Amino acid sequence: MLKLEHVSKTFNPGTPDAKLALNDLTLHIKQGDFVTIIGANGAGKSTLFNAICGSFQTDRGKIVLGGEDITFTPAHKRAKDIGCLFQDPMRGTAPGMTVEENLSLAAGGGGWLSCVSAKTRQHFRDCVAQLDMGLENRMTQPVGLLSGGQRQALTLVMATLVPPRLLLLDEHTAALDPGTADKVLSLTKRVVSENKLTCLMITHNMGGALELGNRTLMMDSGRVVLDFEGEQRKGLTVDDLLRLFKQGTGRALDNDRMLLS
Amino acid sequence: MSLSAILSLGQTSLELGLICSLTVLSLFLSYSMLNVCDLSTDGCFTLGAAVGAVVAIAGYPYLSLFAAMGAGIVSGFVTALLQTRMGVDSLLAGIIVNTGLYSVNIAVMGGASLLNMNKTVTVFTKVKDLIKGTALSGQYKLIVAVVAVAIIYVFLNLFLRTRLGLAIRATGNNPDMVRSSSIDPRFTTTVGLCVSNSFTALSGCLLAQAQKSVSIDIGQGMVTVALASLLIGGTVLGRGGIPKRAFGVILGAFLFRLVYAIALRFRMPAYMLKLVSALIVIIAISAPYLKRRLPELRRRFGRDPREGGQADA
Repeated sequence: MLKLEHVSKTFNPGTPDAKLALNDLTLHIKQGDFVTIIGANGAGKSTLFNAICGSFQTDRGKIVLGGEDITFTPAHKRAKDIGCLFQDPMRGTAPGMTVEENLSLAAGGGGWLSCVSAKTRQHFRDCVAQLDMGLENRMTQPVGLLSGGQRQALTLVMATLVPPRLLLLDEHTAALDPGTADKVLSLTKRVVSENKLTCLMITHNMGGALELGNRTLMMDSGRVVLDFEGEQRKGLTVDDLLRLFKQGTGRALDNDRMLLS
Repeated sequence: MSLSAILSLGQTSLELGLICSLTVLSLFLSYSMLNVCDLSTDGCFTLGAAVGAVVAIAGYPYLSLFAAMGAGIVSGFVTALLQTRMGVDSLLAGIIVNTGLYSVNIAVMGGASLLNMNKTVTVFTKVKDLIKGTALSGQYKLIVAVVAVAIIYVFLNLFLRTRLGLAIRATGNNPDMVRSSSIDPRFTTTVGLCVSNSFTALSGCLLAQAQKSVSIDIGQGMVTVALASLLIGGTVLGRGGIPKRAFGVILGAFLFRLVYAIALRFRMPAYMLKLVSALIVIIAISAPYLKRRLPELRRRFGRDPREGGQADA
């Protein structure tokens, strides 16, 4: 479904700050996979996502989505097939515009000069009502007045209003308080299973990464160092992960945030 | 001051305010919605005036309005092209286009820096002839201005409600979100600047025809005057939906002209207009900033009564 072939990306090439963020990375994702990705800071997890959704051009390699080569496709065209949620809840919505206006932009469809019909408005309300956050009564309020959790939940609805072929979640609950984070996460699970979405999710919660989805990747220095799925993944514990990481890379995983959570 | 003097003062302000409010509506679109400070406004205003005058002098009073708007669209397109496709900073793009337009405008006026339209048939003289003998015969300027502003106001409100209009608003708000909605923010910026510059050019065209002459510096400082009006309008009507805010913008343009006209009455020399608008813009932009810093300044200079070791300090 999604194929990355020998993808490399170096930031600040030719300077002392040069950083090889993706190192000859090859990755195949099957239709309907729910993949969790873990790795220390600077392992290249977010860079991988940005390469897939087209925030920058890669230096080498090829990206294929659903049989179509998207290596040089601009970000806004990829967005038709790829939905993205980032850690920052402010990034996915326009704060000065109302909940309804944000949704109508995300819904797409219609010509440039088309307006939102009453029927579509009702549909938006129904979608938002499922969040159970009372947003259906705040449809005409600016999104800037909502809390971070509400904004992230709204972004999730916006990203899946037209189900994308691929959903990328980059620690999308990390900036939320624990209660809201749980709510947004269970919502995510529901949306993904209801629409049978193919999904990649970055998380720093190693336990959660093994519970959620059907495949787990660990990244380090711009490569995928561990890749588990199916039988192999069942019964795997966080301790196993740490041990395997040390075997594979010859050093211990030094990331307090990942170990403590 | 007699009643008639006050009335005529109000009327002149209303006429001028309405005509210039088209430029303010233009900035409402580019500055408030798209978040682009379009510094080509001065040149584009003059461009509209020059093109409109030349076409009107050639004998096409109605066509002159559309010609001016067309010229504005081209100017906006170039400004947008520079900043979206050629890597020129958006402020710099406006300044560059503004500079280039100076030569273009003189060329449009056939090498002259002043064109006279005393004997020219314009939309104003057309309407004047049309309503000759009726009770409104003295109000022909006002009628043209009101109709033009009403049309643009309604158009802008409808436009901002469409998918394209929403996308333009979102571009100024959060370009990332526009991209993730599969819309190219470069495209929305381009459309937004084309539309806004067409308003600016129409504004220039109408002002030139109302005062029956166009000079190369007719648009000088227009961007500051319009910004001042925009900010006054925002202060007077405050927050709200697009229709309310757009109306506030027109009101702001009128109020600005009224204050200016009153100041002239009190023997303020006419050349002070630009300085006054500059001061208004400075105050309107920096006041909220200074207000935010006030608690800190009070604490530092010890004027805050709460700073005295009290429990609630």
